[in-house]
Amino acid sequence: MNGMLVLPIAIPLITATLALLFRKSSYLQRLFGLLGMGALLVSVILIFRDVQADGIQVLQLGNWAAPFGITLVVDMLAMLMIGITAIMGVVIAIYSIYDIDREREQFGYYPLLHILVMGVNGSFLTGDIFNLYVWFEVMLIASFILLALGNSKNQLQGALKYVFINLFSSLVFLFGVAMLYGMTGTLNMADLAVRLPEVENTGLVTTVAMIFMVSFGIKAAVFPLFFWLPASYHTPPVAISAIFGGLLTKVGVYALIRVFTLLFTHDTGYTHTILLWVGGFTMVIGVLGAASHVEFRKILSFHIVSQIGYMIMGLAFNTAMGIMGAIFYVLHNILAKSNLFLISGIAQRLLGTFELKKMGGLYKHYPFLAVMFLISAFALAGFPPLSGFWAKLSLVKAGLSIELYVITGVAILVGLLTLFSMTKIWLSAFWGAVPEEVPDHFGKQPLFGAGGLHILMIPVMIIAGLIILVGLNAQPLLELCMTAAEQLLNPSVYIEAVLGPQ
Amino acid sequence: MKSLILHTATRLMIGIMILFSLFLFFRGHDEPGGGFIGGLVGAGAFTLYAIAFGTEATRKVLRVNPITLISIGLLSLVVSGLIPMFVAEPFLTGKWLFIEWGAVDTKLSTPLIFDIGVYLCVVGFIVTVIFSLEEE
Repeated sequence: MNGMLVLPIAIPLITATLALLFRKSSYLQRLFGLLGMGALLVSVILIFRDVQADGIQVLQLGNWAAPFGITLVVDMLAMLMIGITAIMGVVIAIYSIYDIDREREQFGYYPLLHILVMGVNGSFLTGDIFNLYVWFEVMLIASFILLALGNSKNQLQGALKYVFINLFSSLVFLFGVAMLYGMTGTLNMADLAVRLPEVENTGLVTTVAMIFMVSFGIKAAVFPLFFWLPASYHTPPVAISAIFGGLLTKVGVYALIRVFTLLFTHDTGYTHTILLWVGGFTMVIGVLGAASHVEFRKILSFHIVSQIGYMIMGLAFNTAMGIMGAIFYVLHNILAKSNLFLISGIAQRLLGTFELKKMGGLYKHYPFLAVMFLISAFALAGFPPLSGFWAKLSLVKAGLSIELYVITGVAILVGLLTLFSMTKIWLSAFWGAVPEEVPDHFGKQPLFGAGGLHILMIPVMIIAGLIILVGLNAQPLLELCMTAAEQLLNPSVYIEAVLGPQ
Repeated sequence: MKSLILHTATRLMIGIMILFSLFLFFRGHDEPGGGFIGGLVGAGAFTLYAIAFGTEATRKVLRVNPITLISIGLLSLVVSGLIPMFVAEPFLTGKWLFIEWGAVDTKLSTPLIFDIGVYLCVVGFIVTVIFSLEEE
């Protein structure tokens, strides 16, 4: 029992209610935003100490013992995920101060942001499959409104696609949960892991596994279910794009990792082979989509899809090395991708557009911003000594060690193509000539000093610093990811932590 | 809406409806009822008032902004969950306080605080929706 496990859910909820209570005051909402995310980070660090010292932490909510009550479980994977969520929360709370206009603040941006973080944390913490569904809904409802907030035509168009496809995915998820419950009579994930191997009709178990794959696949935006993502993620304000692009799809990836290591391991020859193909196609199609676009945020959106492919590939390898690579990739990708989104927002403020053709001259006038972009873009493409290099290296090593040469080759090739589209952004927006029509403040407004751009630069610098830090000193994080992977491949530890000694 | 019948009936009804919603709310402690259904009936009372006298008048009667009701409701939900944590028990564990008054005894509990939160959330939510639909 560890009572603190509820804090990553309770703190954002308290912050959200306070922000709602003081919704008239922008100042208080921002202050609560910062304090809430800060408190979240502190609570996560405290939980981390316990996980580090005593292994998997469990909390039976309301004192109802598993498998009857809802259990919160923090193993190393969940720990790393809530950790990165807290970091992103702090960063986005800072960025939002300048990025989010007063109108959105009045219409509940801050409460929704915190509810979103609560939903994300809840999904990572819960040890109950139906509860996971509930957290997905919490997260989705908050994200629907965040996407549509502002009411521009473009946004509603994107939000509509997002809402429909995600509601469909929830429906599929619910079907899967119902079938699982019908087969085993339990919803607790640890209990399910015990009971599923006893089910005689393995064909049905595989069917349910595929249902879950479709549902989480839609949420994670994998091939061929990714179309909603590039259609919607470039429409809202940048702070929202960044948290969506960084975190939300990764919740789907997390759910895939969880169910395909804990629950559906009876026929890995079938399920994980499909995952492998899905991963491969997601990588290739995503990166090709990125290569064909010329809008800053659309390119980034397609890259999310492409990067998800790597994570799915690592999961499909189903070895400690592969899953470790996948987890490391998730963490690295959240940092790099969000940072690129944040930088695109600053570029847009300076040049007034996201269209690469109308951008240029950023390197000449804002070399520091260019350096920040270069760090994140190179990390994304996997250049040493940045975080992406270690992520790709461990995946490639994992692939080679089980002799899957073709998919490993594809992964390396996709890395090159990623570099190509990053170069495209670099060549036009940063190295390109200053376009003829630029806003008056271009070149005059400094990054630091009058104008408030420094508030936007602080988060970018924090994340860039983390990327370099992880790149130069990857060992501690790699070890944590390895612990997480070993725990995942040995579910008996998880089961014992939740249900007690068997 | 300008209707003598509706105006007169509403004045009579609203008090009874609110009393009934509170009755349902407290009855939910041991029997069917509770915060959600009580909140629905309570919201029904204010909706009726809004139809009869307009949203402007209803806002005055309600005194607080419905969105504030939602946030106070949510806050009491969290508080009811956090209370057991001060005595080192898991979030949301039900804690009870029995007070004996001779003949009758009173049972106070954290689920009661939770239920008050549900009641406020439901009233706040529905009234917010009705107001924004009426004011469109």
